[in-house]
Amino acid sequence: MYSEKVMEHFRNPHNMGEIPDADGVGTVGNPVCGDLMTIYIKVKDNRLEDIKFKTFGCGAAIATSSIITELAKGKTLEEAMKITRGDVADNLGGLPPIKMHCSNLAADGLHAAIQDYLKKREAAQKK
Amino acid sequence: MMRRVYMDHAAGMPVDPRVMEAMTPYFTQKYGNPSSLHSWGNEARKTLEDARAKIVALVGAKKPEEVFFTSGGTESNNLAIKGVAYRNKDKGNHIVTTAIEHMSVINSCKSLMKEGFNVTNVPVDKYGVVDIQSLENAITDKTILVSVIYANNEIGTIQPIKQIGEIVHRKGALLHVDAVAAADQVPINVENENIDLMSISSNDMYGPRGAGALYVKTGTRIQPIIHGGGQERGLRSGTENIPAIVGMGKAAEIAKTEMKPEGERLARLRDRLIKGMVESIPSSFLNGHPNQRLPNNANVRFSYIEGESLILSLDMLGVACSSGSACTSKTLEPSHVLLAIGLKHEEAHGSLLFTLGKQNTEEDVDYVVKALPDIVKRLRAISPLTPKELLL
Repeated sequence: MYSEKVMEHFRNPHNMGEIPDADGVGTVGNPVCGDLMTIYIKVKDNRLEDIKFKTFGCGAAIATSSIITELAKGKTLEEAMKITRGDVADNLGGLPPIKMHCSNLAADGLHAAIQDYLKKREAAQKK
Repeated sequence: MMRRVYMDHAAGMPVDPRVMEAMTPYFTQKYGNPSSLHSWGNEARKTLEDARAKIVALVGAKKPEEVFFTSGGTESNNLAIKGVAYRNKDKGNHIVTTAIEHMSVINSCKSLMKEGFNVTNVPVDKYGVVDIQSLENAITDKTILVSVIYANNEIGTIQPIKQIGEIVHRKGALLHVDAVAAADQVPINVENENIDLMSISSNDMYGPRGAGALYVKTGTRIQPIIHGGGQERGLRSGTENIPAIVGMGKAAEIAKTEMKPEGERLARLRDRLIKGMVESIPSSFLNGHPNQRLPNNANVRFSYIEGESLILSLDMLGVACSSGSACTSKTLEPSHVLLAIGLKHEEAHGSLLFTLGKQNTEEDVDYVVKALPDIVKRLRAISPLTPKELLL
């Protein structure tokens, strides 16, 4: 059902874990639907210096979380915001059609984490 | 070589070699049609009736005329529900069923609802046992049929069918039982257990796919849903699938003879598997009834993780099983059966279903029990839902 690339990331997910002093955190999905993903980012000089994830979900959910950390790490915030669900699927050698909608949450999670960071930064600047 | 352990017999099981052997001549040598008048036809007719007699013996029917061959469990359930509903429209338009039926029962009822029938779903308790009082209350003077699954295919809970049958008959309705998952696992006697119609399937008892049967008690009003040449005494047209029917007959014969020792063996393996998993993995729980369950069924849920990733992980170690997770279904909804016993969505997602079979051994069980704790631990480490103390 899954590509070898998906299984590789499922078997050995990259950047799994939490960043306790993260600059931005994004949580997407809902355990009721079977997928919940949290992305943690560390930002330095407008670049994603570090990124980690934690995911409850199926093989696709875990693999997409892993690949997005690879795709986003070292990118500028603007570049990272441009990573799409399609990019995630393409870099995994494709996803089964039924998984494209339900489990392909990683890009949303990354964007949510960046928005969280930008909001926090804005709040800090106002002070 | 990696050990391979197949524990997904509810999804598919091998054909018993003795069944295969019995079937083989009927593809290329004994190909007569039971409707033909010549000797080929006579031989096929005798073969068909021999197979029927074995089904009669398995279910405890009184006469061969009470057993009708179909293409499988789904067709048997469709025929029982729609055939009784259409034929008894003059008596009423109400059907009672339960919250834990197979999709072929659920969707047959849904299809009837579009034609003006009303359907009441009776709830089950946390073990999956039908709430008898609700069932009794649901039956009205418009109720023509009550359909109850003998033992659920996902959680294995066995229903008090005899008692249900007494209530149904007292209230003047007919009882249909879906015994597809149960027929080769536990002894069933349609006469003693007040059953009017009962569905069984060949490929759930080590027979080939493509054959099933519906028991219809003499005097039960039912009409066909498939029309044609009038085979099976007019109730199920279509040239009889003799090789598959022969296989089903042989499978039923073997099931009847070997049910007791094999059932006891499987129940021991089942209990060893359940105990092994629940005792070695924190926050894991049995789904279904602790002892009123099919001997081959172990359904366990693991909090904070999701079933498909469990299945993929077990598959990497050569173990095959199923899940109640939405991710393993076509509908993206978690199992309606697990929701009906009161599980939350996320609990249903994290459930694994092991269905044991003839070739499973104690070593297989121990292999799974040994492999699973590390898999659960790894997935819990990835999950944001896992409480910190479980990760230590």
